[in-house]
Amino acid sequence: MTATIVPLATYRNETPYPFCPGCGHGPILDSLNEALVRLELDPRQVVLVSDIGCSGLSDQYFATSAFHGLHGRSLTYAAGIKLARPDLEVIVIMGDGGTGIGGAHLLSAARRNVGMTLLVFNNLNFGMTGGQHSATTPSGSVTATTPDGNQEQPLDICATAAVNGAAYVYRGTNFDPALTDRMVEAIETPGFSILDIWELCTAYFGPSNKLGKRSLQETQQRHGFETGVLARREVFEYSAAYRAEAARRLGLAHPGPRLLAAEFTSELDRPFRLMVMGSAGGKVRSAARLVAEAAIRSGLFATQADDYPITVKTGHSVSQLIFSPEPIDFAGIHRPDLMVILSEEGLAQAGPYLAAMTTEDRVMVIPGLSVVETTAAVEVLDLDRVSRRPVQTELAMVGVTAAVVRHKVLSAEALRAAATGRYADKNLAAIAAGLELV
Amino acid sequence: MARQFIDGSTAIVRGALDAECDFFAGYPITPASPILHMMLAELPARGGVAIQGEDEIASIGMCIGATLGGARAMTATSGPGLSLCSENIGLAIMGEVPLVIVDVQRLGPATGGATSVGQGDVQFVRWGTAGGYPIIALAPSRVEDCYTLTLRAFELAERFRCPVFLVTDKDLNVTMQTVDESSLTGGAVRERSFRTGAEGSQYRYEPPDVVPPLGRYGNEVMRFTGSSHDENAVITKQPEKVGALNRHLAAKIEEHLEEIELVEMDRAQDATTLVVAYGVTAGAARRAVKIARAGGREVASMIVQSLWPVPERAIVEAIDGIDRVVVPELNLGQYRQEIERLAAGREIVGVNRVDGRLIEPDQILELL
Repeated sequence: MTATIVPLATYRNETPYPFCPGCGHGPILDSLNEALVRLELDPRQVVLVSDIGCSGLSDQYFATSAFHGLHGRSLTYAAGIKLARPDLEVIVIMGDGGTGIGGAHLLSAARRNVGMTLLVFNNLNFGMTGGQHSATTPSGSVTATTPDGNQEQPLDICATAAVNGAAYVYRGTNFDPALTDRMVEAIETPGFSILDIWELCTAYFGPSNKLGKRSLQETQQRHGFETGVLARREVFEYSAAYRAEAARRLGLAHPGPRLLAAEFTSELDRPFRLMVMGSAGGKVRSAARLVAEAAIRSGLFATQADDYPITVKTGHSVSQLIFSPEPIDFAGIHRPDLMVILSEEGLAQAGPYLAAMTTEDRVMVIPGLSVVETTAAVEVLDLDRVSRRPVQTELAMVGVTAAVVRHKVLSAEALRAAATGRYADKNLAAIAAGLELV
Repeated sequence: MARQFIDGSTAIVRGALDAECDFFAGYPITPASPILHMMLAELPARGGVAIQGEDEIASIGMCIGATLGGARAMTATSGPGLSLCSENIGLAIMGEVPLVIVDVQRLGPATGGATSVGQGDVQFVRWGTAGGYPIIALAPSRVEDCYTLTLRAFELAERFRCPVFLVTDKDLNVTMQTVDESSLTGGAVRERSFRTGAEGSQYRYEPPDVVPPLGRYGNEVMRFTGSSHDENAVITKQPEKVGALNRHLAAKIEEHLEEIELVEMDRAQDATTLVVAYGVTAGAARRAVKIARAGGREVASMIVQSLWPVPERAIVEAIDGIDRVVVPELNLGQYRQEIERLAAGREIVGVNRVDGRLIEPDQILELL
């Protein structure tokens, strides 16, 4: 694609605006057109993003690219466009309605500083849907939905954007003779720029509140809303900052899941179902994962399904493991061949499984837990036999090692080979302790 | 052969990466967050962009914007987050935006069970936005499918320029399974072809089933709108234009069902019972069918991978000679009603669970 810029003498197309007589939208769009002419932008490189309301019609009157989206979501589409294509100039047009319903997006736009310019066509009410009050309707004002005067405070869009980090913040009216200059500044500023442009809705808000050009400014003053350029700060535009950061990671993609070759053998000739019942923080899942990888290194198929509550460091942690010489269709366990119980919380989850177990099945528990509601053979792990008393976080690895080696599911060699990575030494120590219980 | 021990989330991410997905936006939600984490780790290292949005609305909104900038985008969420995506699913349908949406189902309604399995979104993904237009939804039933169907989802999204759902569930996404290394490599989707600007607009309604190539910002002056529009994306109320647009949105999918239909059919001589399953429940169904056959019972099974549009041709063919259809699912019979309308006169039996636990093979077996 060529990089030749073809600026236009006007960025408006020939279609006349559809707005009511006296509406501020036309003059604001004329300023935008002038700003684009002054900036000599390639119309293919400019995307006008708009949403719902009278101001949402704006993009149709421009010869640039356009995105007309859903109410209040303009900033999200604009952010996506800019993040994917930092070379594009993204200008967002929203009404006060869209700014209100998309409040979370306004906050994020200010905090994130993706390079885009937001023009708020702020006519203080919903002009398209019948003159209802919006987030910026001044208190006391009469609208279709505040017949006795608005009891809410208006949203100070600029203060909100400025305090949250926006690169450029301006408030004024469509009567500001320097509006085009402000738009040029805003578009040229890297990061998120916002212009809160107050204007008259001649269909609803103006007549209902006897509002004219002067009273627009008086209303701003009455609410203590400052005008002019209210914030300017240098920021690292987000899409550029993202790429700068990503460049340091380029080529450092994860190689993909670990490859597990079958270097060992197992005597297992049928599916073996193992459940490990413990507590959060007890390394249940990581012990289960290690044993499963050892099984795969022994030529078996393995599945691991974990169960835990929504809390993180509290509550039960249960792992269900199946090892099988054949592929496993269903990873659930109804009746385990062997259950290792490591804590009261784990035991509390064991009831239905213990009840389903029979005399052929086995339960291994740490000392101090009382397992009664089962016909399975219960044995207590004699931790005193271990030369070094295992610490709490080792119990899962110790118990599981003792279980799978004693019952000839896996070899000690396969377990040791699966102890790789950051915690290899700790796991090897726990495996050694478990082997003493075999 | 070397094997891998991975979960469905990992397979989905590997599929997305092999599909050359280069934009991801998502919001943390159990059980879909692992996809967000992995995409955040992987995409920048490959020149792409992954970002955590301020909510699911922003996340899918960013994906739509990025796609029109030329990206290949995906988002991933679960029921509560998908609820927030609703309006933008409609926008993607209306603006003909290719997009992959992963719904890792959990138990609903509302917050439901964040770490409990469910399949309650099956009708929701189909009808999850106003207007009632078709979408495509694929449902993997094992880790290997998570990889291949993610690739397929990207392929279909661009072929039909519409949102494609990958409907999975908590257990499929977080349960670790053993897969052959080869089952997670080598996937590719076809080269993206963007319009150059010479072929007219990126919208075309005649013939209704034809999908014109997607445009992208920067190459041309390009318009996009979520309002009823003519072929130049100019808002219109003209009945002939609006009617043509809306019929096109349906026809482009409904007249090409054979390209979308994907089922795993396992016939059996003289079988009079058929099990129809999808997603994680298909695992229990496979197991049950194996046990039944080992016991000398003739049973057929069909695993539905293309949930939406309903693979009607395949279902009608499968029920030929069948007296009884067993439909296990982790909801109160959402997909069963699709089978019922196609299998009049046959006995249709649901096996249903909504308690956060998986359907056991035995629960299906006792009906075979």
